[in-house]
Amino acid sequence: MVDFVFLGMMAVTVGGALVALEAEEIVYGAIGLAGSLFGVASLFFLLDAPYVAVFQVTVYVGAVAVLILFTVMLVRQEKWAKELPATAPTRLLGALTGLAVAIALSLAAVSSDLSNVTAYTNTATFIQIGQLISTQYSSVLEVLALVLAASIVGALTLSRTDKEEPGA
Amino acid sequence: MTSLADFVVVSAALFGIGIYGLVTKRNALRLLFAVEIMVNAANLNFIAFSEYAPYAQPGGTVVNGLGQTFVLFSIALAAAEAAVILAIIVVAYRLHQDVDVSELKSLEG
Repeated sequence: MVDFVFLGMMAVTVGGALVALEAEEIVYGAIGLAGSLFGVASLFFLLDAPYVAVFQVTVYVGAVAVLILFTVMLVRQEKWAKELPATAPTRLLGALTGLAVAIALSLAAVSSDLSNVTAYTNTATFIQIGQLISTQYSSVLEVLALVLAASIVGALTLSRTDKEEPGA
Repeated sequence: MTSLADFVVVSAALFGIGIYGLVTKRNALRLLFAVEIMVNAANLNFIAFSEYAPYAQPGGTVVNGLGQTFVLFSIALAAAEAAVILAIIVVAYRLHQDVDVSELKSLEG
């Protein structure tokens, strides 16, 4: 029995990733990336991880994809489209490398016992995740907060323009 | 009925697509896309393995929120990374009028 829900989510995820890399216009690529991230979020739902799925939609689709779209639109359009297509040997090399890695990992997974593993019924609750984050991994959470603050300060510093620059 | 191997196959496909993008693309934004796709492949693996193969603590209690916890951290980290990369791309464009990474050679020794 083929699970059509899973197949559809898989198609959205992998197809969105391909569109993100291969679309001619980089704006469409950004939208494809958002679709792929949304597909991953739906796979998280399928895996009984609704909290992570909602977090993924909020942070990735809501923040990162929109940030990328704004960056693409802020900078002049024709410069982004100037991307020279890769030479044929490079494309072939990239496709072969990606295919080799994907096929090797897939074959390893399919031929192992992993295809016999069925879902564990007792899924983690919000309370368990919250307890893990706030007790055992509270130091990680605080370091992560510092990293986020540092990255925001860094991004603001990088993108600051000097107003007194003549003719700018 | 989906098994753990199906999710690992999807994750491997995403990872392969990310590698293809990293090798062939020269636009800085496309490289960011490729990296985000690979990060998502890793996150998917985390969630799948934590759902299908829970981890038993020495005390005897079974915990399967561990993978979800790590993925929450990973998503937050990826968001910070994307913000910094986008700022760097905007600065590079402002300095060089270009986002082709093979043209950005001012740091080359």
